Amino acid sequence: MNDLPRKPLGPDADALASARPKYVGKAVQRLEDPRLLTGAGRYTADIRADRMVHAAFLRSEQAHARIKSIDCEAARGLPGVTGVYTAADFAGIPVIKAPSRMRDYRATSCTVLASEKVRYVGEPVAVVIARDRYIAEDALALIEVDWEPLDVAADPESAAYDGAPLLHDELGTNILFERVFETGEPDDAMAQAPHRVSGRFRMHRKSPLAIEPRSYVAEPDRANDGLTLYGSTQIPGILRDILSGLLDLPGSRIRVVAPDVGGGFGGKGSLYPEEIAVCALARRLGRTVKWVSDRSEDLASTSQGFDEIIEAELGFDDDGALIALKGRVTGDIGAYSIYPWTAALEPVQVVSFLPGPYRIPHYRGEVKGVATPKPPTGPYRGVGRPASVFVTERLIDMAAAHLGIDPAGMRRKNLVAEDEFPYRIGSGIVWDRSGFAECLDEACSRIGYEGLRKLQREARAAGRWYGIGIATYAELTGIGSRISVAPGMPINTGTETASIRVDSTGAVTATFAVASHGQSLETTLAQIVAEELGVRPEDVRIVQGDSGATSHGTGTYASRSAVLGGGAAIVTSRVLRDKIKRVASHLLEAAVEDIETGNGRVFVAGTDKSVTFAEVAHAVYSDMRALPAEARENLEASESYDPVTGTTTTATHIATVRIDPETLAVSIDRYLVAEDCGRMINPLVVDGQVHGGVAQGVGAALLEELSYDETGQLLTGSLADYTVPTAAEVPPIEVFHLETELPGNPGGFRGMGEGGTIGAPAAIANAISDALSPLGVGVTELPVTPERLFRLVSEARNKTDTEK
Amino acid sequence: MSTRIDITLTVNGEEIVETVEPRMLLSDFLRDRLGLTGTHVGCEHGVCGACTVRLNGVTARACLTFAAQVDGARIETVEHLGTVASLNRIQQAFRKHHALQCGFCTPGFLMTVQEMLETLPLETDEEIRDALSGNICRCTGYEHIVRAVRELADEREGAAA
Repeated sequence: MNDLPRKPLGPDADALASARPKYVGKAVQRLEDPRLLTGAGRYTADIRADRMVHAAFLRSEQAHARIKSIDCEAARGLPGVTGVYTAADFAGIPVIKAPSRMRDYRATSCTVLASEKVRYVGEPVAVVIARDRYIAEDALALIEVDWEPLDVAADPESAAYDGAPLLHDELGTNILFERVFETGEPDDAMAQAPHRVSGRFRMHRKSPLAIEPRSYVAEPDRANDGLTLYGSTQIPGILRDILSGLLDLPGSRIRVVAPDVGGGFGGKGSLYPEEIAVCALARRLGRTVKWVSDRSEDLASTSQGFDEIIEAELGFDDDGALIALKGRVTGDIGAYSIYPWTAALEPVQVVSFLPGPYRIPHYRGEVKGVATPKPPTGPYRGVGRPASVFVTERLIDMAAAHLGIDPAGMRRKNLVAEDEFPYRIGSGIVWDRSGFAECLDEACSRIGYEGLRKLQREARAAGRWYGIGIATYAELTGIGSRISVAPGMPINTGTETASIRVDSTGAVTATFAVASHGQSLETTLAQIVAEELGVRPEDVRIVQGDSGATSHGTGTYASRSAVLGGGAAIVTSRVLRDKIKRVASHLLEAAVEDIETGNGRVFVAGTDKSVTFAEVAHAVYSDMRALPAEARENLEASESYDPVTGTTTTATHIATVRIDPETLAVSIDRYLVAEDCGRMINPLVVDGQVHGGVAQGVGAALLEELSYDETGQLLTGSLADYTVPTAAEVPPIEVFHLETELPGNPGGFRGMGEGGTIGAPAAIANAISDALSPLGVGVTELPVTPERLFRLVSEARNKTDTEK
Repeated sequence: MSTRIDITLTVNGEEIVETVEPRMLLSDFLRDRLGLTGTHVGCEHGVCGACTVRLNGVTARACLTFAAQVDGARIETVEHLGTVASLNRIQQAFRKHHALQCGFCTPGFLMTVQEMLETLPLETDEEIRDALSGNICRCTGYEHIVRAVRELADEREGAAA
């Protein structure tokens, strides 16, 4: 591939294409794989330093209690213990608040360690620093806390009542925000609708559960009075900015690095007290401080997902045309409003996306977020959309059943049609053209939908429970600055910058503020840069996940990195390519417009005259005879990209399930996804993202629940109780891609990393409901654990028996 | 805690003589004492499989094994497979099929798959899925892992034929 074309190249596109291979759209093997496959990756827990000490946190065993006293003397006396610290030791650090410009938003105040009182089981109360982790944990057992238990309202509905025990006394209420979205006349339209279906739905709390537990290493730079935090984080840039303020250090003296990170799914996308604590202690002690959470701590203290009660009603006419939708969402946001996303993130997204990809003229969505004595909720893959899609797709199926029409037909009738884009839904979100109906049709045709219905009739006739579930959804991804300012968060997430340089050896380095934690960005961004610059992907080194490498940037979350990072890669590469062409035009004595690049060379189109990138670099940086001074342009470029609005990604998922009438075991028979994410950078990576998202959706639908009792104690605190899907529970997943019309961003990309988790819970819930429809059972609560399914089926059977 | 135990063992072909506390986990011993950080710790209670190593040829959870228990044993970790410059067949198949994303669970899967290929018929994908079900991956949804193992199992049969 390195060979220069021997034949003179004509100016036609085919010849150019052969000199300049396309990498975007190709299943390029991942550049990060060799190190990760050989144990040569470097995750935070792998980092060691001289004189390093280890932290262990004492966590609250109480959901809501006053701390009367903490006795650390015995712990301090243990040999090997460097120190034991409580809230007072961090008094110099400002209180953490996640403000919002949302009207009447009540931001909670959070300290590094709980002072005066605790607000959830697992909240850090004290921290031990010791020679090794074993001793640190020994010391934890010697700390004695005298608690004064306070009343607990663990359930968000009871916590919302006047007179409920207050978590944050200064706020005077547990309701942190309330919002209403309204379009049309939902009350009148609903009252006049010929048909209505409604339900009370619940999406239980779950853990993002990245397989790498959260870990941090804070390394003081004693020479410069600075600090480097290595951490399992998705947001090194956001952390650098907030820690700079909290620790009163200029950004030039604090650096946050996300080395190899073992998954995130939102759980590593917020600021954590442990991050601040290890930084402060590293500065105080002048020693590197390491903390690696164990799995139980991770389950109890990493930001949690979902947890909403959603009452919703859908009105429609005799033909199945949707008329009105009303939803009332109560979000259980936990004890604190998480930084920077605020408590509004998840529940507001539920009402924002409730109307889905459908034409519904009248809509009202009401939402409130209620503080409860549980760990804070935060971003989790899909944010709000898994719950909204679950509710809306259940209602669509209920409406179809009510009218006796097919669920696929019901959807087709109501999906926003090709000529209606851009389409504004009742919550104000605007969908750009995306293959809503095309994905539904593709999914139905690929899975052989009519044949499945025939199978189902045969199964039912034989007394077997077999169900088919569809979920169609749309999501907003790659969000730009105009939309990211809307929630009034304290940060800008709507822009991304790339800096790309060719060094004096001709090697290409491209730097981004994104932070890959499994997304393959070292490969996909290299593919983009390689294609635009005219080199090979393996010739491009991607630097990312290091706040010290960029002036601003936030990280990787919210399906943004392909659209924003990829967009920045394209615009920056083009500026740099033009510089390279200008320099080469001097060297090759040809007009700039005749210069092309490809395979690491710069050549005159239609001739065999060429120079290598290394020769261009040598001429610019090293051989001062090669170019006139004014032509020595530094081979660097840095450009930002802001998509301003967002782009619409859509998919239809179809699941088929078999349920054993004896054991009630649910097995997913087939699972198919048809999706439109615009142009794919790397189809293998896109498939992998869909598969992984679906697997987490299987967990959300059937298994994964952080169950808290009425006193706020976590009942599922280990992987023995908090069960996640293994290869035996996840079915083979078939994925089909559509590219209906490319969105108007530089690469034509749409974000897609979250979609699998958005569609799967709804598709599986609909499939189970469909299988059990002869019993009159419908799923309204996720996950449908074996116990929940048993209750649903038993109640239905008892009811049938009573009626007999 | 003051008791120390002398152990002699073979790790990735190298003889190791060390003194450990009775409570030191094999996972911590490999990672912190020997610097073999390719063995990852995902749950410390034997469920996730990220710390899977081979102990006298049989897969074992390093987080549920004490270093003191492996006196006289032979241990292989992910570092014993191929290198960055020369991936072994299992690693190549994982790369080809994009059977890893974040890579944290991957060393455990590789050790499990190595044993599966040595000991199981793996005639059906269902059998592959069952055999993989002691290792948790949160990124891939397992589909590409199954495809990688399918290719390796087919190749093995081809070679045997």
